[in-house]
Amino acid sequence: MMRPRLERRLAPSAAARWGGYGVAISLALGMGGVVFLLAGADPVAAYAVMARGAFGSLHDVSEVIVKAIPLMLCGLAVAVAAKIQVWNVGGEGQLVLGGIGAAGVALFLHPYLPSAAVLPLILAAGFLAGGLWALLAGVLRAKLDVNEILTTLMLNYVAIFWLEHLYFGPWRDPMGMGFPGTAMLPENAWFPRLPGTRIHPGIALALVAAVLCQVALSRTRWGFEIRVIGESPKAARYAGMRIGRTILWVMFLSGGLAGLAGMAEVSGIHYRLQQGLAVGHGYTGIIVAWLSRLHPVGIILTGFLIAGLLVGGDQLQTVMHLPSAVGLVLEGTLLFFVLGSDVVSRYRVRWGAPHP
Amino acid sequence: MTLSTLIFVLSITIQSSMAVLFASIGEVFTERSGVLNLGVEGMMLVGALSGFATAQATGSLALGVLGAMATGGLLALIHGAFTITLRANQVVCGLALVILGTGLASFLGRPLIGRVGVRFLPWPVPILSEVPVLGPVLFVQVPLVYLGYVLVPAAWFFLFHTRPGLNLRAVGENPAAADTAGIPVARTRYLWTAFGGALAGLAGAYLSLAYTPGWKENMTSGQGWIAIAMVIVGLWNPWRAALGALLFGCVNAFQFTLEARQINVIPSYILRMLPYLFTISILVLITRLQQVRGRGGAPASLGVPFERER
Repeated sequence: MMRPRLERRLAPSAAARWGGYGVAISLALGMGGVVFLLAGADPVAAYAVMARGAFGSLHDVSEVIVKAIPLMLCGLAVAVAAKIQVWNVGGEGQLVLGGIGAAGVALFLHPYLPSAAVLPLILAAGFLAGGLWALLAGVLRAKLDVNEILTTLMLNYVAIFWLEHLYFGPWRDPMGMGFPGTAMLPENAWFPRLPGTRIHPGIALALVAAVLCQVALSRTRWGFEIRVIGESPKAARYAGMRIGRTILWVMFLSGGLAGLAGMAEVSGIHYRLQQGLAVGHGYTGIIVAWLSRLHPVGIILTGFLIAGLLVGGDQLQTVMHLPSAVGLVLEGTLLFFVLGSDVVSRYRVRWGAPHP
Repeated sequence: MTLSTLIFVLSITIQSSMAVLFASIGEVFTERSGVLNLGVEGMMLVGALSGFATAQATGSLALGVLGAMATGGLLALIHGAFTITLRANQVVCGLALVILGTGLASFLGRPLIGRVGVRFLPWPVPILSEVPVLGPVLFVQVPLVYLGYVLVPAAWFFLFHTRPGLNLRAVGENPAAADTAGIPVARTRYLWTAFGGALAGLAGAYLSLAYTPGWKENMTSGQGWIAIAMVIVGLWNPWRAALGALLFGCVNAFQFTLEARQINVIPSYILRMLPYLFTISILVLITRLQQVRGRGGAPASLGVPFERER
């Protein structure tokens, strides 16, 4: 009997890879359509609302760019860690800590700071807070070999409870009329905005970070070590590389990037700590990173597209009263199919018995 | 502390450990067969929703539980198709499953939020429930809890004392050898991945039909992840995983009791962090112990796709 079998290709086929993306996107849209039908909605109309909501006007596109900023930064955070085979799924918590760090410095230290120093300082505070939060799990992984997937994830919950405690409790705005949130940050802690939109310099931050990550990973000795450790820890050990120390630095950088996302959200959008900071961007960053196959520049593009999906999903909620969670469904399905399509590029299907 | 307080706390301990217990026993089977399915949180959420929705629609709790197990198993099969057949990265697929499951449950569950439905009621076991202290703690519970009592020893016996259990473990330790011995590697992995999903679904149904009846978005609040942690803490052994789940339940009961009685020794936000901080600490402790003792550990082929060599 002729049976199909999978045979490994010597090198992945580029054509199959790009084709795989196409197939994956169509399949994911198809699955999403089924989910719409299950919810009793017309899939074509729903997708039309999403597309128009995300890319229908220049203003919509500007909102997509705004949404893309934290996704890109969180995607980069996941990608740099994954390059060294460390699974940082704590982007959400690190983002929250970045927000807390930035808001804390802005709220409590700004009277003692020259006005021009506030923004750079809260930027650094956001990066540092996110990085240190990730480092907690990093130390456990590097020194004690504790599973970092679970520790980073548990720390997300801890971070969110802490955030809520701060804006419901000690940091709550005394003038806030009972509104849960901190006081508004001083204006010198605000990111400027592109007139008429909410686009803020966070986008430049994300772009620069992506380019720097790309250069660092592909052109520096440090990036080389990361890749060697990620692909073959044994070889790295023989070569005398200090694996533990590199993991710590990578974890700090990774958390710092997610922390920047939190800082940018606070300083560019909310201007205070309040509900709406921890809305899952850290988790979406995982999707963004893997859809881009961990490629930093690819993350810029994917971040933008997934942001479109989220903005479109919000529109769906406003216009058709369908839950915006459909964005998650599409993201999850898309990731499955893109991962699955790898098989098409890595293997070829052969019929019949193997060659001797 | 009075006796009634003690009974109350212990009873809550049992109740709040059950979801983690079911899910972690399921994950023990999945991982023992060599498949790492991190999607437990997603499968639990979908299980909770479909269990509640099915029970609501049919008026039958049993059908609700079965529905939850079926959907949990089905989601796990998606993971299986991508990781076992297509050999995709198991960690990333698991994360995708969490996101997909969370999204599906939130999307489809919206109309059910706040609905009151059928629920399991405690059913005292005759005679046994009369035993002082232990009776009211162990045997005045919902029937699903009794299922948990039976599941743990049964799982242990099956894994370590039966032929199919041995096959399951062989596939997870050394699939090439198992393959040579004529054990169908892929089929075995599919079976136990689906089983793990079904138990995650059951865990979800326990939440939505017994523990906190009703459907709320993200009602699992990380318990799926904690179940995965308990598999590691339990060194892939059902008894130890169940013990881990019980300890988790204990922390929960402590938190619940302090909050319910408004004893403000510990600020409430720290209290809410406790289950997660506890999970991290016990994970660190067990990982450390295991390194010192140098035994136990993950199945040798956990997370490695099997490819027959030529």
